[in-house]
Amino acid sequence: MNISYTVLIPLIPLAVFLLLGLNSQKIKPAISGYIGVLGLSVSAALSFYTAYQYFLVDGKVDDVYQTFVNKSVWMNFTETLHIDIGILIDPISVMMLVVVSTVSLMVHIYSRGYMKGDEGYTRFFAYLSLFTFSMYGLVLATNLFQIYIFWELVGVSSFLLIGYYYTKPSAVSAAKKAFIVTRFADLGFLIGILIMGYYAGSYDFETLNNPEGSVILNGASTSFMGLSVITWALLLIFMGGAGKSAMFPLHIWLPDAMEGPTPVSALIHAATMVVAGVFLVARLFPMFYFVENGFALNIVAYVGAFSALFAAIIAITQTDIKRVLAFSTMSQLGYMMLALGVSGYDGHEGVGYMASMFHLFTHAMFKALLFLGAGSVIHAVHSNYLKDMGGLYKYMPITNITFLIAALAIAGVPPFAGFWSKDEILVAAFEHNKFIYYIGVFVAGLTAFYMFRIYFGIFWGKEKTYEHKPHESPLSMTIPLMVLALLSVVAGFIPFSEFITPDKVGFEAHLNYPLAAIATGVGLFGIFFAWIFYKNENSLSDTYAKAFGPFYKWASDKFYFDEIYLFITKKIIFNLISAPIAKFDKKYVDGTMEGIGNKTILISNKIKGIQSGKFQDYAFSFVMGAVIIALVFIYLWTN
Amino acid sequence: MIAGISIYEILTVTSILFFIGIYGFITRKNLISVLISIELILNASVVNFVVINKYLYPDMLQGVIFAIFIIAVAAAETALAVSIIINLYRQISSVEVKDTEIMKY
Repeated sequence: MNISYTVLIPLIPLAVFLLLGLNSQKIKPAISGYIGVLGLSVSAALSFYTAYQYFLVDGKVDDVYQTFVNKSVWMNFTETLHIDIGILIDPISVMMLVVVSTVSLMVHIYSRGYMKGDEGYTRFFAYLSLFTFSMYGLVLATNLFQIYIFWELVGVSSFLLIGYYYTKPSAVSAAKKAFIVTRFADLGFLIGILIMGYYAGSYDFETLNNPEGSVILNGASTSFMGLSVITWALLLIFMGGAGKSAMFPLHIWLPDAMEGPTPVSALIHAATMVVAGVFLVARLFPMFYFVENGFALNIVAYVGAFSALFAAIIAITQTDIKRVLAFSTMSQLGYMMLALGVSGYDGHEGVGYMASMFHLFTHAMFKALLFLGAGSVIHAVHSNYLKDMGGLYKYMPITNITFLIAALAIAGVPPFAGFWSKDEILVAAFEHNKFIYYIGVFVAGLTAFYMFRIYFGIFWGKEKTYEHKPHESPLSMTIPLMVLALLSVVAGFIPFSEFITPDKVGFEAHLNYPLAAIATGVGLFGIFFAWIFYKNENSLSDTYAKAFGPFYKWASDKFYFDEIYLFITKKIIFNLISAPIAKFDKKYVDGTMEGIGNKTILISNKIKGIQSGKFQDYAFSFVMGAVIIALVFIYLWTN
Repeated sequence: MIAGISIYEILTVTSILFFIGIYGFITRKNLISVLISIELILNASVVNFVVINKYLYPDMLQGVIFAIFIIAVAAAETALAVSIIINLYRQISSVEVKDTEIMKY
């Protein structure tokens, strides 16, 4: 299969970014919107063509999906250790191409309506293109270092877009928080990469992931503190992934990131960038699975399961609809992680891996839809808070229906997309780890509950007094909603197990009816509760909130994790470590340097009179020098 | 070859001429005088060329040819120096060395 043209997929958004970014003052906003959408349409078309070619035409040899690589060496360290830049086409990267293109294209179209009249319109599209370029580069990366480079690039574009309203202090601090927290996680990632380079001797995914390769077979040979170094490297790499995917305890940046414009939240903080962590684990899945019998993978499973539960509980108590969606995203990302964590490798055993990717795919569609729907609502009522909304179904029929579809999808109601992927995850969890399975089922119920809590709260319930009458959003915003709603309905019917498996051989997945029935039942139960509590506004929810007492308060303040982090950073790190270091630096390091500088100035002030400006002085010095040298030579010669 | 005069005597004279030139170059207050001092230095070296040629290699001409070259170059250099001095005079209305000290520290 010829894949040379795929290099255009990331390069087109890069070109658009350069064009819009360098001429942001000259290009008219209307045109820049079209340029952005057009550039991305071409990219998306190429991505879909690649997916079609790969999955349906000639990706397979002997029923095994092949890996196509097109790369060139960038930096050489030793014979085997080098950093390449290139493109790797395999099932998950092609699937990610489709996800990124679809959501990004929809968000681009949507932004033309949502951002209309905004001052930095062109800048916004430039950043979106930069992000899309980085994300494409990330999913197509051939080795750990390349993925790291693009990993940081998506971090930067996320930073730029969260801080898009840079005059708002909360947005600025949210941007900084996101950047610093993910950077901190990426420090682990970088150390992991370096350990991997040193002990495994390669950054290349193909070398690392080969189940019969030396890395996996000899991985456990060098050990450190009871674990092999490769396991440590994997755990550190997972730390980077956890930071990007907002896994506990590195999740604190994601809710704050909602300060960015809503389309950004949909694209970056729901559908694409935050799944990079899941993608990273999936990318290195054979290593996670085989090295030391999957110790690292178990950690992934438990971190994922805990994050899913933790975020779902917080989501119930939040009053800002975007924050509810943010915690919901975190919860669903935890779901994907736990699915990877409970997955096996061969044949049907790989159902967890498949389910994780499946859920990533469907989640991208319906979560982007939820965010865009929320954006449409916010656009209409000019508030993020649930208390300012209610009874909107009359005014916004399209948003209402599409939001309902997305909510049903995430709640796992058949036949919507979320049902199929969530069912596969629960099957995998049931087969490998009962404890995680119970958490998964419980979270499924919570998910349905909090999602319908905001659905009923927004579209039903008592009508609020609005400043001006809410109205349906323009077509440029509703078309993406409808497309994504359609995808949220049909995406579940894609036979993912045929395409994406750890060993790249397709298998046939069957619906496990008892488990599906349980999951659906729990989901419906959650919806039913939400219906009782929130369909018509009543005091029931307040009563129950009171019944939970301190626990409710605890959850609604996000279990005080922000405060804990603040305490650790401000009180402990700043006061006890940074302040003495700063003092030492000021006094001794700076003191030495400044002393040298001051002495130089003193001396030069003394001797600068030599440069008198009189050329005859210079001539005199020159002649005297010549005479002295001559005398020295005569003296040497004559002796 | 001049009868009765050895090469050492002539070289002594040219050395004296050379150092008079150096002395003038360093001490004169007027730019034109400085220029004249430079001419003295050059002429000392020209005489050296000719004398050494005449006394040591009487059947050759290189020294003489070089003397002519130096005279030509000296003429060009003088023209240049005078034009610079004229320009300087137009700028600061003076050809005194002490008025050209603006390039100090």
